[in-house]
Amino acid sequence: MTPHTRSEGKTAPGSMMTGAEIFVRSLVAEKVEVVFGYPGGATIGVYDALHDISDIRHVLTRHEQGAAHAAEGYAKATGKPGVVLVTSGPGATNTVTGIADAYMDSIPLVVFTGQVALHMIGNDAFQEADIAGITRPITKHNYIVRDVAELAKTIKEAFYIATSGRPGPVLVDLPKDVMAQKAPFQYPSTVSLRSYNPIVEGHEKQIKKAANIINEATRPVLYAGGGVIHSGAAAELTAFARKLGCPVTTTLHGLGAFPETDPLALGMLGMHGTWYSNMAVHGCDVLIAVGARFDDRVTGNVEQFAPDATIVHIDIDPSAISKNVRVDVPIVGDVKNVLGNLINHVHPLRTEDWRNTIAVWQREHPLRYQAGSALRAQQVFQQLGQLTGGDAIIVTDVGQHQMWAAQFFTWTQPRTHITSGGLGTMGFSLPAAMGAAFGRTDMPIISISGDGGFQMNSQELTTIVQHRLPIKIFVINNGFLGMVRQWQELFWRRRYSQVEMASPDFVKLAEAHGCPASRATTPEEASVEMERALAHTDGPIFVEFVVAQEDNVYPMIPGGQSVNEMLDTPIDPDGGSITIQPKGSHALPRKDAHVPVTVH
Amino acid sequence: MSPSPSTNTRKQQASGTVVRRQHTISLLVENKFGAFNRIAGLFAAKGYNIESLSVGPTEEEDVSRMTIVTEGDDPIIEQITKQLHKLIDTIKVVDLTYDSFVERELVLIKVQTSTATRSEIMQIAEIFRAKVVDISPRTLTLEATGSGQKVDAIIKMLKPFAIKEIARTGRVALKREFQGDV
Ligand SMILES: Cc1cc2nc3c(=O)[nH]c(=O)nc-3n(C[C@H](O)[C@H](O)[C@H](O)COP(=O)(O)OP(=O)(O)OC[C@H]3O[C@@H](n4cnc5c(N)ncnc54)[C@H](O)[C@@H]3O)c2cc1C
Ligand SMILES: Cc1ncc(C[n+]2csc(CCOP(=O)(O)OP(=O)(O)O)c2C)c(N)n1
Repeated sequence: MTPHTRSEGKTAPGSMMTGAEIFVRSLVAEKVEVVFGYPGGATIGVYDALHDISDIRHVLTRHEQGAAHAAEGYAKATGKPGVVLVTSGPGATNTVTGIADAYMDSIPLVVFTGQVALHMIGNDAFQEADIAGITRPITKHNYIVRDVAELAKTIKEAFYIATSGRPGPVLVDLPKDVMAQKAPFQYPSTVSLRSYNPIVEGHEKQIKKAANIINEATRPVLYAGGGVIHSGAAAELTAFARKLGCPVTTTLHGLGAFPETDPLALGMLGMHGTWYSNMAVHGCDVLIAVGARFDDRVTGNVEQFAPDATIVHIDIDPSAISKNVRVDVPIVGDVKNVLGNLINHVHPLRTEDWRNTIAVWQREHPLRYQAGSALRAQQVFQQLGQLTGGDAIIVTDVGQHQMWAAQFFTWTQPRTHITSGGLGTMGFSLPAAMGAAFGRTDMPIISISGDGGFQMNSQELTTIVQHRLPIKIFVINNGFLGMVRQWQELFWRRRYSQVEMASPDFVKLAEAHGCPASRATTPEEASVEMERALAHTDGPIFVEFVVAQEDNVYPMIPGGQSVNEMLDTPIDPDGGSITIQPKGSHALPRKDAHVPVTVH
Repeated sequence: MSPSPSTNTRKQQASGTVVRRQHTISLLVENKFGAFNRIAGLFAAKGYNIESLSVGPTEEEDVSRMTIVTEGDDPIIEQITKQLHKLIDTIKVVDLTYDSFVERELVLIKVQTSTATRSEIMQIAEIFRAKVVDISPRTLTLEATGSGQKVDAIIKMLKPFAIKEIARTGRVALKREFQGDV
């Protein structure tokens, strides 16, 4: 689309418009390409104004929760803000889970909710809900627009706040009468908020202090999180690690920030992280945390987290510093900016001994699974990595399959891993993959859910089919709410309370939506179906993988404990063959991953 | 370096004490719809303690000042001030505890009286420089201002006379400019 065809050019600045028209023009001015939404009484006027606009694509989801997750998926895949438009009352409350999810995972969203007319607010009017009150603790900021003259400025601020600093969701509540009133329209070109000025550049003194500590390290580890990806700093991180010769572990949200095909890669750390990354963090003398927030799924018992380390922490949010673990050298700033500066103050370290120590752990405790009679989820993800060479956007749901995907896929590029980490929202994958598909067409998009989570938002299959989105939809069916079953098996004496899941015939369900579908029940069938799905580019395709029912995710550090209590994959000496998933130079046997390493 | 886990535990940093103490936090916020709720809600959501919270307009039309008295150890207070600062409507957060500051609180106390007790109550009021703001045959309402301690003291002195109702404003405070004796 060329700029002069955009509708904003058609109206003279300052001409009178209704709130609904101002809303639409403002989205055009923000270069919003797609809005995920659902109309209703309170937004009928806004939808009327949207009807004339060809610059913005509106996607009618089948549930407002689907719209919110779709916007998250779009934002995570593209780095641009996701936009949602829903009606008042139930429309607004249905987005709450998605907003909370975006808040926990720092995803930029702008959510517009309809509201009853100003004079009706507080009267328990039809479809009234105090959505600003409800979402106050789960938004970065929110607004109720009380004056049409403030609307354009409010929208400008909402986009600015959502996307700057630590990104997050912003909600704008639009009373029906305000949207019908008129005001002159001129979209502000700048925002200035005296009370909000995110710090981007790291403090020079702190950077030098950090460099001095790093330059003395003999057993360093980089612990990289979602902030590296938000910052667009994967190349800077990679260059920094390679210059130092420093091993890199990533959080669940950091996957893709550093190529797992690099000899320095250790894979994920934490509760279900690799044995060797957890051991490395435990044994390191300097821990460099980059855009990561010391979540309890990562630290376990904080007293035994990196007990011997001096900790350097780079984060854009001052409140993330020393929140869970006290750090020694905080640097508040944007990762790209700070690493770009810090790299000039550090020199290559002698880490051969340390890397040899880690190599022993890697040899003795690799990620692995032992073949049994049934198909294994681990195999599905390992093969998916090999067949795509890491060139795919993988959108997972929550549970065992999410952890196996994190472990057995080989992550090589930023924005290729999309998942719900902080809130852990089942039902996230399908709508989020749909959102990603509206933003990215350069790579295959693969939605992966468990049999439980898939049933939480399966209504979006219709939306996906309607738009012929080329998404590969995989359901890993183990007949259980697997992750909860695993805990019951390990910590609740195998008392399986309410975890057995009856499911519909998924193949027929997908077909009923108009999506071609098949089922794989053996390792051989899995390979065939996966290759077929990857070759299919005309619209969506569905594959159900029927896997071992009572399989567990290992390694595992039980909640609140430390590496001393880490459980490794149990191996039966008389059992089947063992398959290893290495991290590092042997991670991808088939295709070589390519991450351009350029630092500007 | 042996490939087995260290049994060391992470040392708490020496600078942070774990002693709980009272803090007076002063903040300037945009006088916007919802700003007050956001701050009160933050304390509730994070489980921080609020001893008092007072809010009112300032010399600038669109800015309000809040004075919050809270209690916690250093890491908690650090989080409270950072979280307050993180709110978009917050312009400035100052923990006055480390500075010299002037503080005042106002209290209205309605005491039960009879002809026998009235003059004794008036004497106590005089000592505390409290004003009589309402009088009836059976009650006397006093207004006192001062530090929280002074307010506590007058309440203690009046307790034996049967206090019917109390309304306290909570602390307001400003940093002291003149750091010598006043
Ligand atoms: C079933 C389940 C199991 C899980 N197990 C694990 C596990 O084993 N291991 C694991 O790691 N996680 C696990 N998680 C996820 C975990 O709960 C957290 O979501 C995750 O660890 C947080 O990742 P992060 O630290 O990278 O932070 P994020 O939530 O991605 O936060 C990003 C951080 O970067 C900062 N930031 C943002 N932008 C910038 C910027 N431009 N510059 C600088 N800083 C920036 C933010 O302020 C924030 O502190 C699990 C989740 C589930 C549901
Ligand atoms: C909305 C929601 N409800 C409940 C949970 C708790 N929970 C976490 S994992 C899990 C099991 C998921 O089962 P399934 O979707 O079949 O995936 P699996 O673990 O078997 O891979 C549950 C119930 C959750 N994370 N989200």
